[in-house]
Amino acid sequence: MAIIKVNGESQELNGTPSILEVIKQNNVLQPDMVSVQVNGEFVHKDNFAATTLKDGDEIDFLYFMGGGQ
Amino acid sequence: MIEIPKDIIDGIIKQCYDELPNEACGLLTGIGNSVYEQHPMTNIDHSPEHFSFDPQEQFTVLKKSRDTGRKIIANYHSHPATPARPSQEDIVLAFDPDITYIIVSLAEPEPVVKAFKIRDCRVEEEEIKIL
Repeated sequence: MAIIKVNGESQELNGTPSILEVIKQNNVLQPDMVSVQVNGEFVHKDNFAATTLKDGDEIDFLYFMGGGQ
Repeated sequence: MIEIPKDIIDGIIKQCYDELPNEACGLLTGIGNSVYEQHPMTNIDHSPEHFSFDPQEQFTVLKKSRDTGRKIIANYHSHPATPARPSQEDIVLAFDPDITYIIVSLAEPEPVVKAFKIRDCRVEEEEIKIL
């Protein structure tokens, strides 16, 4: 069991989940459209599946915001 | 309904005019449906027809607001030459179902500010209560 802060709130997660697993568990339907920081460092979306999180890590994610008239 | 103090509405409109001919954008933070702060953001597209937020600036606002018990509850951007309604691009790129999307049109002599919820590409106008 790992306790990981997800967008500022502690969550208990099994094992060493990947970034992709964590953001999907947090209702992100389009992982390609979020920016992610782990412990304050950006992680490229190509590495979401391969990067695992451990007890005590902090992950923050937010949606891409853009558009046009 | 979203509640926005008049000075923040005025600040948003001023930023939108200041950044012409390009689209302006920013975030609004607060508690519940009440806006407390405006955070002007860089339009990294630097375009009169498109906007994209700088992710680093977004994270800065996210963490700062979290530290003060507030949340990002809306984003806003300007339409320099078209009405205050979400374009097809705005709708397709509205990934956050929880926030309010505010659009400021500068197409007419008087600015028009409208708010929307966009969920699963469905658009619903939201009332703005100016405090």
